[in-house]
Amino acid sequence: MGEVLFTSAVDGLLIGIIYGLAAMGLTLIFGVMDVINLAHGPLIALGMFGVYLLFTILGLNPFIAVILVAVLGLLLGVVIYFVAVNRVIDAPPLSSLLSTFSVNMIIIGVGTALFTTSSYNVDYTLGTVEVGFFRAPGARIAASLVALLTTALLYLFLYRTRPGKYVRAVANNRIAAELMGIPSTRILALAFGIGAMLAITAGGLIATILPINILAGGSYELKSFVIVVLGGLGNPLGALLGGLILGLIEGLVPVFMKTTWVPVIEYVLFVLILLVRPQGLLGAKE
Amino acid sequence: MSRKWILPLILVLALALTLAACSGNQAAEAPKAEQPKAEQPKAEEPKAEEPAGKEVTLTIGFTASQTGKYNVPSTRQTTGLQMWMDDVNNAGGIKLSDGTVVKFKSVFYDDESSKERVQELYTKLATEDNADFFISPYSSGLTAASAVIAEQYGIPMITTGAASDSVYKQGYTVVYQAYTPASRYLTGAIDLLMNLDPDAKKVAFVYENSKFATSVTEAAKAYAEKNGFEVVLFEGYDPETKDFNAVINKIEAAAPDAILGGGHFQDGSTFARQLYEKGTKVKFISLLVAPPEPTFAELGDAAVGVTGPSQWEPAAKYSPESAKAAGLEWFGPTGEEFTEAYKAAHDGEEPSYHVAGGYAAGLILQKAIMDADSIDKDAVLKALDAMDMMIFFGHIKFDTSAEAHGLQIGHEMVLIQWQKEDGKLVKQVVWPKEGATAEALYPIR
Repeated sequence: MGEVLFTSAVDGLLIGIIYGLAAMGLTLIFGVMDVINLAHGPLIALGMFGVYLLFTILGLNPFIAVILVAVLGLLLGVVIYFVAVNRVIDAPPLSSLLSTFSVNMIIIGVGTALFTTSSYNVDYTLGTVEVGFFRAPGARIAASLVALLTTALLYLFLYRTRPGKYVRAVANNRIAAELMGIPSTRILALAFGIGAMLAITAGGLIATILPINILAGGSYELKSFVIVVLGGLGNPLGALLGGLILGLIEGLVPVFMKTTWVPVIEYVLFVLILLVRPQGLLGAKE
Repeated sequence: MSRKWILPLILVLALALTLAACSGNQAAEAPKAEQPKAEQPKAEEPKAEEPAGKEVTLTIGFTASQTGKYNVPSTRQTTGLQMWMDDVNNAGGIKLSDGTVVKFKSVFYDDESSKERVQELYTKLATEDNADFFISPYSSGLTAASAVIAEQYGIPMITTGAASDSVYKQGYTVVYQAYTPASRYLTGAIDLLMNLDPDAKKVAFVYENSKFATSVTEAAKAYAEKNGFEVVLFEGYDPETKDFNAVINKIEAAAPDAILGGGHFQDGSTFARQLYEKGTKVKFISLLVAPPEPTFAELGDAAVGVTGPSQWEPAAKYSPESAKAAGLEWFGPTGEEFTEAYKAAHDGEEPSYHVAGGYAAGLILQKAIMDADSIDKDAVLKALDAMDMMIFFGHIKFDTSAEAHGLQIGHEMVLIQWQKEDGKLVKQVVWPKEGATAEALYPIR
C-alpha cells in the first residue's frame, strides 16, 4: 500500500506542476489586468500543435521545440493583446470575456479546419526511469522538470528584473504606476504575452507525454480555473500550489475509489472553495 | 477575490463545460468522408413467378447508411453484400432440385443512420417492394429497430454489423445474427490465456465507460470468474481519458497476469502506449477495437504483444481443411479468394471486417436456401435453425432456444496480436486455432 501511495503521489505531483504552469498563465493575466482569458485553452492547444509540428516536420527534439514555441507564444500573446484586449481593458468584465472568447473561437475554428478534431501523438520517448520500486516514463519527469524551471524563471523575472517590477507595479495599481512613468500599455501587453507563453509552454509539455487534439486545451482550461480559484485568483504562487493539489487529487483519489470520481471531487472542491474561502488558499491579489 | 467576479466566473465555467460536452460529441462523430460506391436499386423488374424450371429473382431488402455517422462502415457492408450478390448471380444463381434457378436483386434506401428512418423504410421494403428476405442495417441500434419490422412481417433477416445481444432476447423468430455477439468479444482472449498459461489466474478489467465496452467487459468478467480467474481490478474510465497513469498505478498494485478491456481506438491505443512507457509488467493484454486497426502499429514497440478481438481479418486462415479438422461443412469462397477479389475491385485496399460481414450475410442466406432446396420462407427458416457450417468469415451456428433465438453461437472473434518480425510489426491471428497464422507471443513483457 505504501508503495502505491508513494508512486501515485509522485505521479500526481509530476503532472500537477504542469497543470500549475498552465494555471499561472491564466492567473497572471487576471492579476495584472483583471481579464479572464477565455482563449487560454486554445492557447494550450496551440502549444501542443506547435511542438507536434516542429517535431514531426523539422524533426526537432520536443523539449527544444517547447522553447521555440514558448517564444512564439510570447509574440502571439502580445498580438492578441493589441488586437483583442487593449481596447476593452477598461470596459466592464463582459467585454473582455467576449473578446477573448472570440479569439478562442477563431483559434479553435482554424485549428479544426487544419487538423480536424482527431488525435495526434508526439512519438517521442525517453524510456522508463526506474528508482527502486518507483517507475515513471522519462519524458514525464523531463516535462515536469522543464515546468519547474519555467516557474523559477518566471519568479526571477517578476522579482529580479526591472520589467518584472513594472509588471508587478501595474498589477498593484495601474494609475499609480503610470504616474511613476511606467508605460502601462506596453507592460500590459508584455504581461498578456507572458500569460499566453505559460499556457503555450504547458501545452507543449503536455504534448510530449499525452495524446493531443485541437480541443484538448479545453479540459486543461477547466483545470486551470479550478486551480486558480483554489490558489487565489491573480496569485501565481497560489496557482502552482493549486496545480500540485489538483495533481495529488488525480493521483491519490483513484487509489481509494473509481477514477471516475476524480472530476466529481475536483469540482466539489471548486464550489467549496468559492463558498468558504473565495479568496483562495493563498489569498487573491487585491 | 472581488465579489463582482464570482458570477461571471461561474457563467464562464458553465459555458466551458457545455462547450466541452458538445465538442466531445463532435469529435466522436466526425465522419470520414467516403461516398458509397454501391449501386442504386435498379428499376422494378417484375418478379418472375412462372412455373417451375424457370428463373426466380428474389428481392433482398435492406437500408444502408449513405449519410450520417455510420456512413463508412455501412457502405463497406453494402459493398460486401453486393459483391456476394454479383458472385452468385454471375455463377448462374442457385439451382434448386426442381430445376428452379434462384437469382437475387437488392432494393435498398438510405436510412441516414437514423432509427426512425429504418422502421419506415423496412416497412416500405416489406409492403411496397415485397422483399423476400432482409439484411440488417449497420450497427446494433439500427438493427434493433429493423428487427421489429422483420418480425412483424415474418420476413427472415440476417443481421450483420450488429453485435449487441439484446436483439435476440426479444423472442424474435426470424432474425439471425452473423456477428459474434458483444458478450463474447473478449471470451476468446480468456480462452487463449487459459490455453497459453494454466497458471495465469489474476486478471484486471480496465474499460471505457461506454455502453458497448461495459457490456463486453461485464460478460467477459463473468466468463473469467466462471473459469476460475480472480478479477483483481474492475475499473471503468471516462471516454475522454488521456492520462491513464492513475489507473496504471492501480493495475500495478493489483499485479494481474492479464489486462483486458479498452473501448475505442483513441483510448485503447493511449492506454497501450502508457502501459508500455510506464514499464508495467504484464503477461497478456487484450483490448477492444484499437489493436486490429492498422494504425495501431504507429505505437511501435508499445504495440508488440498487444492482442485484440476482431470479427474477421483478411489473414484469418479459415479453410476447407480447418473446417474438416473441426468436423464442419465448408461453404463459399476462401478468405484468400474473397480478399483478392475485393482488392482487385478496390485498388488493392484490404477488405475490412465490415465488408466481410456483408458478404457473409449473403452467404448465410444462400446456404439456407440451398439447404432448404426451396424459397419458401418457413423452409429457409428451418434451414437457418439447422445451420452449422464454416465459411471464410468463420463458424456459423445459431441459438435455437426460445430465450435467445437467432443469436450467433458458432462464430468466434479472431484474436490478433502485433508481433515483431525482422524489426517490423506484423499483425498475426493467434486465436482461434482454426484461423491462427502464428503462435501467440507470451508472456509479452
